[in-house]
Amino acid sequence: MKGKPLVAVVSAGLSKFGKMEDFTGRELFVEAVKEALQRCPNLNPKRDIQAVFIGMMGESFEHQGHIAPMLSDWAGLLPAPAIRTEVACASSAAALRLGIFSILSGIYDVVLVGGLEKMTKRSTPEVTEFLGMAADFPFEQWTGVTFPGLYALMATAHMHRYGTTEEQMGLVAVKNHHNGALNPKAHLQKEVTLDKVLNSRMIAYPLKLYDCSLISDGASCAILTRPELAEKYTDSPVYIIGSGHGSDTLGLFQREDLTSLRAARKAAQEAYRMAGVKPEDIDVAEVHDCFTIAEIIAYEDLGFCRPGEGGKFIEDGSSLLDGELPVNTSGGLKSKGHPVGATGVAQIYEVFLQLTGQAGKRQVEGCRIGLTHNVGGSGATCFVHILRGE
Amino acid sequence: MEEDEKNEVPFTIEGFYKFLSEKKLMTAQCRECGAMFLPPRPVCTSCLSKDLMWVQLGTRGKLVTYTVIYVAPPQFQHLAPYAYGIIELENGLRLSGMIRNVEHEKIKIGMELEVAFDSTATEDWPKWPRYYFKPPS
Repeated sequence: MKGKPLVAVVSAGLSKFGKMEDFTGRELFVEAVKEALQRCPNLNPKRDIQAVFIGMMGESFEHQGHIAPMLSDWAGLLPAPAIRTEVACASSAAALRLGIFSILSGIYDVVLVGGLEKMTKRSTPEVTEFLGMAADFPFEQWTGVTFPGLYALMATAHMHRYGTTEEQMGLVAVKNHHNGALNPKAHLQKEVTLDKVLNSRMIAYPLKLYDCSLISDGASCAILTRPELAEKYTDSPVYIIGSGHGSDTLGLFQREDLTSLRAARKAAQEAYRMAGVKPEDIDVAEVHDCFTIAEIIAYEDLGFCRPGEGGKFIEDGSSLLDGELPVNTSGGLKSKGHPVGATGVAQIYEVFLQLTGQAGKRQVEGCRIGLTHNVGGSGATCFVHILRGE
Repeated sequence: MEEDEKNEVPFTIEGFYKFLSEKKLMTAQCRECGAMFLPPRPVCTSCLSKDLMWVQLGTRGKLVTYTVIYVAPPQFQHLAPYAYGIIELENGLRLSGMIRNVEHEKIKIGMELEVAFDSTATEDWPKWPRYYFKPPS
């Protein structure tokens, strides 16, 4: 099983991320699917795509539930059956994993996986409340915590235990904005200085505005097939060679260690073992930087550095675009944007572009093995996927 | 409340908040394996036994980590900025909540806090009282 392709990714698509005033979520999804189909002219969508798996977190944003069949319809994929997955901000990595399972089971040959969220029509306090639903209602939401608040609790603990600094967290934002400025689909395509990050207004101490990912609209998709069918559809397939998944308590307060996500360590271990690769084999990674501290913790949980050394890892430039392990070349959730349900497959889209040499100005030369790390809530869910180019 | 009468309260979140409205911090302990868990729940997550009993916890604890929240959901925005933290009670059990009656600059990991009870319940669902943390009186 080691290193054996589980499925091939033959195409991927992404809508523009941002404040997409004139579009509802379904139209953004259609835009993502349109790009994926254009990249894959040999695929006949109505004939070939047999099922659709879609991640979305909240019905509250657009007052719209039961979205899966509607999206299959709007994308012109009916009668392909569709279901929705929900594990907060990891909803579309869950859709991806189900898509992988559906192909490995032998039931389907070709499926479309994706995700979306339409968030910007709501006020910031409303979005704060809706995202808060991913926390434990009777003990976290009820007592006044927010999502920035939960990650701030981890940040304070990490600073206290390891001496991690607000400057180190700020450098994550500076890096991701630099990368996002090179990504035409990113929400905020502009560089920021460390000074600007550190002087931005406080959201939840020690996290400031520029430590937080963006409230965005957007959709993502990828087309999966059995590895042996890949060359029917493309000359440059990317293979998923590892898929890992971890769960933990919903309540952050119930966890012994507040400086690391157990679900992420478990998912990484499973994915690395399946893929037969080690952290040092990874050439490019997209990690869940919903807050800057989350990227620092991700470095440690994924084994890119030792526990406690995540702050140093960003400070010494290891994760920069021209560093030894470029992380979040897309700009990450921080600059590309974080339409929560779209994020997991949007990470796959970026790694697909990188491994097929289509990442433009942010292309990492000679990369062959990529990793994605998508977290739900304060870490009760994590998926890690490992991909290999030809 | 007598022991038997107490254990007729179901091991649920409603049960937790019923005791809380009486200014008691209560949780469940497994009679089979001795495990304690907070919040209480109907089955022991260590050994899956349903043979549980209510135990009253001391309200003192130590602050494990904290934040100060500036941007809050609509129902809490009038309190912002407010401090929020996780405390560790006896037996290693933890709870999270707002920290009141301390200047934000004086909050330190490791400081002693106690659970305080705000007995006013909301009129609408879920009608639970609130609790928060404050320096020991």
